[in-house]
Parts: sequence; structure tokens; C-alpha cells
Amino acid sequence: MPSVSMTVNGKPVSGEVEGRTLLVQFLRDHLGLTGTHVGCDTTQCGACTVHVNGEAVKSCTLLAMMAEGTEVTTIEGLADGDDLHPMQEAFRQNHGLQCGFCTPGMIMSGTALAKRNPAPSEQDVREWLEGNLCRCTGYHNIVKSIMAGARAMNGQP
Amino acid sequence: MYEFTYHRAASLDEAKARLGEGEDPTLMAGGMTLIPTLKQRLAMPSDVIDLGGIADLAGIRTDGDTLAVGAMTKHDTVANSAEVKAFCPALAELAGMIGDPMVRNRGTIGGSVANNDPAADYPSAVLGLGATVVTDAREIAADDFFTGMFETALEPGEIIQEFRFPKPKRAAYAKFPNPASRYAVVGVFVAEVAGGVRVAVTGAGPCVFRHGGMEAALAGNFSPDAIAGMQGNAADMNSDIHASAEYRAHLVGVMARRAVASIA
Repeated sequence: MPSVSMTVNGKPVSGEVEGRTLLVQFLRDHLGLTGTHVGCDTTQCGACTVHVNGEAVKSCTLLAMMAEGTEVTTIEGLADGDDLHPMQEAFRQNHGLQCGFCTPGMIMSGTALAKRNPAPSEQDVREWLEGNLCRCTGYHNIVKSIMAGARAMNGQP
Repeated sequence: MYEFTYHRAASLDEAKARLGEGEDPTLMAGGMTLIPTLKQRLAMPSDVIDLGGIADLAGIRTDGDTLAVGAMTKHDTVANSAEVKAFCPALAELAGMIGDPMVRNRGTIGGSVANNDPAADYPSAVLGLGATVVTDAREIAADDFFTGMFETALEPGEIIQEFRFPKPKRAAYAKFPNPASRYAVVGVFVAEVAGGVRVAVTGAGPCVFRHGGMEAALAGNFSPDAIAGMQGNAADMNSDIHASAEYRAHLVGVMARRAVASIA
């Protein structure tokens, strides 16, 4: 079987995969990083969102071998020990989740937006979340969370 | 997914060599259509040749009145390119309406156009602006490129290298998106170029097409009033769970008038 190497959450990793192994399968099944979820498996729901070289992608629609040599960040890579990442803390403070299934994808998507737009408006966030589906919350508190998290990440009140 | 062998081509020559080796190889650009297709077992290639490592195939450059966009340029890059926005804002806006941010970070113009999905956005810009499709073998005019549903003039093994867009006097794209997938239920690209007015319609029929009646009407009077009451021909439209043929025919007129109104 071919092997693949990449950096995940700052640590170099490698493993043997098939050509058809998806990045999300490599993360979950090979590395045990089960924080990245598989919701729809059809590139729609965004629960599998991770960063590859700093950009948000749907890891269910990327072959593991397409990520050869890249830097991957998953939800497990955000917190600093016991200290939540500002976007995670914003979800906690704003009650931005109910069942929590979509949350890892929402947070990875939100942090990607915050890097581009340090103070996104409600409209900016709602448009950005076109690729992330939540079936519980009605999105309202997720939008509030991402607006607050983006400001916190960029040192704004 | 059925099993296949994955190859990451480092150059166009390597991609072509790999295409000659496998039993039933296929090229992959961003993979945003191919990977879901493989998952559904709608395709069963022996080899998947990833073009993502070929740096020469991505990039944007302006050369006088021509904008060249490399086949592997991502939607997000086109959507946010100052060069594209200055040359033809409608093209950047169209790219920013495709799928969602994560899809735009991976999907490419070359993949979209080569696949020629009836509901894809980019074919309407390529046809509406009268672009030239440059492959490793030849140059193909947009009018000759899109030949049918998921069908193009590309020969087996022919690889798109870039698109050359002529600078329009004005252009706009109006789209009625499917609220879930963001594919075009109907999208209309209207452009006034050196040769006249071009109106390209995607999403409505089996393949992107030009609307000759609207083009003639707009040539004399570039205003929404000139095409009042005009629409698509329902007999030629797609019908599915998202929209009937009659509804799509109606939307062709509405989207065309919205596009024209935004730049009239």
C-alpha cells in the first residue's frame, strides 16, 4: 500500500493508505482524531471541515494522498492544553451548539473566516456558513458565536 | 468507492504519460465532482491522475485585452483576484457564487468546464464571454466547446491548460441557485463584447446554450425592456424535483432581465 505523510496539529504523521482512503478516514481511523465528524459524506454538511495549509476544506472530499506534505489542523489542534481556543470559548459563551455534531466543522469554518475577516457582520457569517449545516439550532447562536469568536481571535472586544 | 491507483502528476508530460499507461485512467482537477462521483460508484477508473501538483496550470494574468486563467485556478482565487475584478467583475462574482467556501477552496475552473455539468456556473461565463479554451493540443472556441450534457469537444487524453477571456464592455451573471447545493437552477450570463451581445444560459437545459432571440433584441436596445416577455423554450428545458421545464423557461427570462438591469 502507498504511504502518506503530512503534519497534523503540528506533529509529523505518516501511514499506509489506499488510493481511495479519504482524508477524514485517515484522520479518524488511522490517527484516532475523531473530533472531525462525517455527517453527510456528500460534500454538503461541512461537519468534516478541517484546515489544509490554512484553508478550510471538506475532508470527506479529499483523498488522504492529496494532502501529502501539507499542514492539517483539526478541531483537536485548536485548544492550548486546558485553555479553549477563542472560537471554542465563544461557542461555549454564546450557547452555539445543541447536539454538537456539526460543531467541529462550524468552529473550523468560523476560524477560517476570522483569518480573512477580523470583524465579520452577521450577513458575512451567514453567507460563509453556506457549506455548514446544523439541524438543531436554527443557526442564530452559531452566528453570534462566530462573530464573537472572530473578534476575540483578532483582539477586539 | 471502488479501488483505484492514485497518481500525483508533477508536470503535464507526466500526466499525459500516466494517461497512456492505465487501463481506464481519469484526470482529477479539484476533485469536488469526481470524488462524490467515485463514492456513488458512478465511475470506476483504474487510475486517478491528480493535476493538483502542476504549478504551471494555476494562475491569472492579464495580457492587454485578454485575461488568461489557468485551468487549475481555484474558484476562491478567481473570486478574490484584484486582476479579475478589474478586468471583468462578473467573472469574479460568478466564481464567488459557486458551492460554498470549502468547495471554492478546492474546485477549479478547468475541472468545472471539462466536466460540463448542465447546472455548473463557469460554462456560462466561458460561452457568454466567447472565451478560448487552450488545451495541450489546440485552441477551441467556446462556441465549439460545449457539445452536450457532460460532453465537450475535448478528445480523450486532451488536457485544458488555460482559458483566454476577451475583455467585455460590460457583463453580468444572474443566478437562481438551488438553496441546498448552490448549483444553478437557472443562471444567465450576459456580456457585450466586441462581436456584439452574448447571452449564455446554464442550468436550464441539458447543456449551456446561447439565447439568440435575446441577443438580437439586446443588440438594438440594451435594457430589460428589450427582452420583456422573452423566456426559454420549455420543450428544451430540464425538468426534475427542483423545477419543472416551464418554471425553468420562465426563470431564463427573469434571470436575463436581472443581469441586464444590473449593467444597463
